[in-house]
Amino acid sequence: MSKFKKVLAGALAGMMAVGALAGCNDSGSNNNNSTSPSTSTSDGTKDNAAKGFYDDVDTSGVKSIYFLNFKPEIADKYEAIAKQYKEEKGIEVRVQTAASGEYEKYLTSEMGKSDPPTIFQINGPVGYQNWKDYCADVSGSKLYDLVSDKSLAVKDGDGVYGIPYVVEGYGIIYNNAIMTKYFATEGARASSMDEINNYAKLAEVVQDMTAKKEELGIDGVFGSTSLKQGDDWRWQTHLVNMPLYYEFNTGTGDVITNCLEAKELEFKYADNYKNIFDLYTNNSVTEKNLLGGKTVADSMAEFAAGKCAMIQNGNWAWGDIKKGGVVSEADVKYLPIYTGIEGEEKQGLCVGTENYFAINKEVDEATQKASMDFLVWLFTSDYGKKAVVNDLGFVAPFTSFGDDEKPTDPLAKEVLAWMSKDGYTSVKWSFAGIPSEKWKSDFGASLLEYVQGQKDWTKVVDDAKASWATERSA
Amino acid sequence: MEKAIKKWFPLFALPTLVSFAIAFLVPFAMGIYLSFCKFKTVKKTEFVGLDNYIKAFSGDKDFLNALWFTTKFTIVSVITINLIAFIFAMLLTKAIKGTNFFRTIFFMPNLIGGIVLGYIWSMIINGVLYYFQATITTDANYGFWGLVILMNWQLIGYMMIIYISGIQNISPDLIEAAEIDGANAWEKLIHVTLPQIMPSITICLFLTLTNSFKLFDQNYALTAGAPGRKTQMLALDIYETFYGRVGYQGVGQAKAVVFFIIVAAIALTQLYLTRSKEVEN
Repeated sequence: MSKFKKVLAGALAGMMAVGALAGCNDSGSNNNNSTSPSTSTSDGTKDNAAKGFYDDVDTSGVKSIYFLNFKPEIADKYEAIAKQYKEEKGIEVRVQTAASGEYEKYLTSEMGKSDPPTIFQINGPVGYQNWKDYCADVSGSKLYDLVSDKSLAVKDGDGVYGIPYVVEGYGIIYNNAIMTKYFATEGARASSMDEINNYAKLAEVVQDMTAKKEELGIDGVFGSTSLKQGDDWRWQTHLVNMPLYYEFNTGTGDVITNCLEAKELEFKYADNYKNIFDLYTNNSVTEKNLLGGKTVADSMAEFAAGKCAMIQNGNWAWGDIKKGGVVSEADVKYLPIYTGIEGEEKQGLCVGTENYFAINKEVDEATQKASMDFLVWLFTSDYGKKAVVNDLGFVAPFTSFGDDEKPTDPLAKEVLAWMSKDGYTSVKWSFAGIPSEKWKSDFGASLLEYVQGQKDWTKVVDDAKASWATERSA
Repeated sequence: MEKAIKKWFPLFALPTLVSFAIAFLVPFAMGIYLSFCKFKTVKKTEFVGLDNYIKAFSGDKDFLNALWFTTKFTIVSVITINLIAFIFAMLLTKAIKGTNFFRTIFFMPNLIGGIVLGYIWSMIINGVLYYFQATITTDANYGFWGLVILMNWQLIGYMMIIYISGIQNISPDLIEAAEIDGANAWEKLIHVTLPQIMPSITICLFLTLTNSFKLFDQNYALTAGAPGRKTQMLALDIYETFYGRVGYQGVGQAKAVVFFIIVAAIALTQLYLTRSKEVEN
């Protein structure tokens, strides 16, 4: 008897489960009607239609496209843009956003569904290798036509598979008010920022500032070197770009390609990395042993509150600094990352992108075209351009943007200023050539052990090289 | 009644069977198949044989390290959780004031999700360790004991409730008889209480053992494997393999199959061993 009761209970539970499943199905089917062929003729408003990208395909049957957003900080801005697009063109843009650092995971699971993203993002050549089978060739599209520097795009053979849509720059952000205060102190090692143009000078000034930190009213020169797992990308991706760039910028071939093709990492400039990394951690707001618990948000908050004078980050960090309300807009400036490499006096900021749009070639042609139309609209229409500049805050690398259509936040302006400085060379983002996410997280973990005194530097370097070789051959 | 149920069984059981097949059997079979494939999404697969299994164990030592860490963690937490839960259960079945209140309080942590618990405890533990100039990721041992404390805090209440119901089910006659025979408190515990609550022990051991072995959320939120993957447990290692490395989805899947076999083997062995000690009333 009791056995049957159990079976009954199980059956009831099963009914509930089926109900839930049916519910899923229902909501899923709503979004996938786009494949139904439509007989209605084209409405003739083809002003934004892509050329050479399914030109002759009729998109009037497409009801919705699916955009998988990479940047959680501007998710709500995209929602607003999608709403406007729906009003103007009648096509629904579903915007989904993956949590910070979870994009690849989210994309992997979304791609497996019957209603996959139609526009997604890849982070460069490595991401492309991963998603090769899903990226449509967009070389004939209008958006690619508009890219101002075509060398930035992700290419494979004759095809173009990723279109860069934002150029970003990072370096050492400094608070000019604190620096001015320092230059006025007795025995200051420099009298203006212009004098700081190499590692030796930077180290001298920073160490002197640490000695005078009470006088300057700061807790440390640099914001915390955030080494919490998942928050260590500023060191295992961005900072490591410096030695990678100098190692692979051999003069022949593209630096990213060289990096990407390198079976082995020599880590020729490991000592330069150590220079700047030690400088960060020795003159930090936080004790070395506590860095493992710090997040990027923590260190940005320190800078925003005026507790430190410098911090390594990119122009996307302006929002965080603004939130603090202490540092004035005019005082936020950039310094290139100096690591003690010969000739670095003429080195600029690290400029590049790891954000590329890709169109999912697994969906039907009309949807692919509709997706491309949306992107073209975003970067060419008046509303779209305004949203890109003001809301999304992108330095968009498209010729459709005039000089007066650039972001106005101080960091983005600084990036643009550094890019156009005569005689200075920007450091290209070479980290796109790092073999895998695992290499980065292993390197980050190594750095944490290094600052905690559990691993010596030679071991950190050896591990990084070994990991490079295994990950590349994987 | 039984006949009627038998007759209608197919009709009522069908929804369950179908949903069980959709939500469990099919993914399970797919999972096993995928562990022999190189794939990116489940639609495009390429059969590679045992390659993934070889990679899971050769390549790097992550998987074996995680296995060892998980085993250590499971042994320690199973012992501590069950011991403490049993002691609480004994205390709260005595006639003291407010037992219901305490039972509720002790049970509460079980209602909070693992991720939330992990973050809360990482704040608590970091807050304490700050006084000693350290964080939970300073030393793998901190992470280990942090996880043990967290797991204890979460599961003791649940196990306690199970033990309490077991203890309350012991017939007073048996205790009385033992007392008449001159048994002291210790002898009553060993010879009456423990044999009588063997079913509770079976279920508690099963739950703690499998939960500790399969632990993921708490591990992810508390240490995320830091420092240097030294506090990474099996489930987290599988997750990292699957998502963190290009072309390693299949290897992650292979690890997951191995993981399944280990968990199933441990759970079945444990059930067999403790079941055999259960006594009929």
